[in-house]
Amino acid sequence: MSDVADRVKKIVVEHLGVEEDKVTESASFIDDLGADSLDTVELVMAFEEEFGIEIPDDAAESIQTFGDAVKFISEAA
Amino acid sequence: MDKRRVVVTGLGMVSPLACGVEETWKRILAGKSGAAPITRFDASRVVTNYACEIPYGDGSDGTFDPDAWMEARDRRKVDDFILYGMTAATQAVEDAGIGELDEEEALRTGVMIGSGIGGLNSIAETAVMIQEKGPRRVSPFFIPGALINLISGQVSIKYGFKGPNHAVVTACSTGAHAIGDAARLIMLGDADTMVAGGAEAAISEIGIAGFNACKALSTKRADNPETASRPYDTDRDGFVMGEGSGVVVLEEYEHAKARGAKIYGEILGYGLSGDAYHITAPSEDGDGGFRAMTAALKSAGLTPSDVDYINAHGTSTMADVIELAAVERLLGDHAAKATMSSTKSSIGHLLGAAGSVEAIFSLLALRDQIAPPTINLDNPAIEPKLSLAANKAEEREIEVALSNSFGFGGTNACLIMGKVAD
Repeated sequence: MSDVADRVKKIVVEHLGVEEDKVTESASFIDDLGADSLDTVELVMAFEEEFGIEIPDDAAESIQTFGDAVKFISEAA
Repeated sequence: MDKRRVVVTGLGMVSPLACGVEETWKRILAGKSGAAPITRFDASRVVTNYACEIPYGDGSDGTFDPDAWMEARDRRKVDDFILYGMTAATQAVEDAGIGELDEEEALRTGVMIGSGIGGLNSIAETAVMIQEKGPRRVSPFFIPGALINLISGQVSIKYGFKGPNHAVVTACSTGAHAIGDAARLIMLGDADTMVAGGAEAAISEIGIAGFNACKALSTKRADNPETASRPYDTDRDGFVMGEGSGVVVLEEYEHAKARGAKIYGEILGYGLSGDAYHITAPSEDGDGGFRAMTAALKSAGLTPSDVDYINAHGTSTMADVIELAAVERLLGDHAAKATMSSTKSSIGHLLGAAGSVEAIFSLLALRDQIAPPTINLDNPAIEPKLSLAANKAEEREIEVALSNSFGFGGTNACLIMGKVAD
């Protein structure tokens, strides 16, 4: 797994309090990992902080799964 | 319609002496102090470096294990005052046995848990963070984690209580006003059950600095913090800040009886008043407190001579003797037969939680027929006409207990509690 994926996973596990093996490529933050809309806002902020990038609101809305996040960040960073 | 009576059927508390009602009460009766050097933050820059902090630990021996009350992922999203309020509310709800209600009951069950200052430290930390990193880094949980009514909100969400959802903010009278106002909602028929109380978590640099600036805190006892909270004593020099929460479950009497609930006591009376005098000091004649007590007695249909025990506001400040004089004026000749004590001598001043924590102590005094002590009272500032239970709990007959709370802004509340008579 890429370095980006590892770092994203660590943030997701920490913020949502979920087991690491639940954070799969297709895991939806809201449907599978118990996040609510505020949790997803906070997650995106944590990604921005960790990777020193800015994720615009419309892009943030398209990040629904762990895989989406890794893909977006890999391309942006 | 006959007046609907309100009784107390559940208690919950996290205090500077322990997590739990009975654990705290045991230590109160034993004359323990919760004061110690501040560990919560680096207190080297503030004038007062001691306080009454909640004893964090693994849950053994009365320590407070936050993991046992709220998951780490949820705790991160709330200020500590919400953690403490949720802890006390959970205990009270479980004690009363109302955790799982059907829809009809849930609609008749409400929450009124307030705080004096709410998420003070969260606000301070977020302001600093904005300075350092900019406003885009503000957490979406900052506002819902700092708002005072969010204990009431969180409790309603956790248990599905869909009745009145409210929160009192009256500084150091908050806890007493919450219980009194919630009892009134039950009396008026807005609810059958209310979870009510207060919570506070202001032991932070901004909190201590703010009260230091008001010249309200004790400053001279860094060498021996356990002796710093000394209500009525000649050498008192200000209050010692405490933290925590006290929450009760209030219930309409017939409702409680019908389900066979354990009943701690009845809310017999409630009185409120305003000083209209000064933002931080009570008037010299103690008139505001006197009128709150008078109003509470009137609402209870009692006379001053019915009062056996008074849990005083008694903060260990200059105002102690003003309250003492007002109580003696109220009781007249009966003062010689009454006992008044300040449990703030043991746990410090819990600000918005003080009134509800002290109402719980008053209910336990009724249950156990014992007046908790005023510790560190070695040389009374004035010769009292009533017993102040100096340094030793006083076993005595208690049929009626009165609890005073006075707050900045000149806001006063008085609760009168009694044993339940059929």
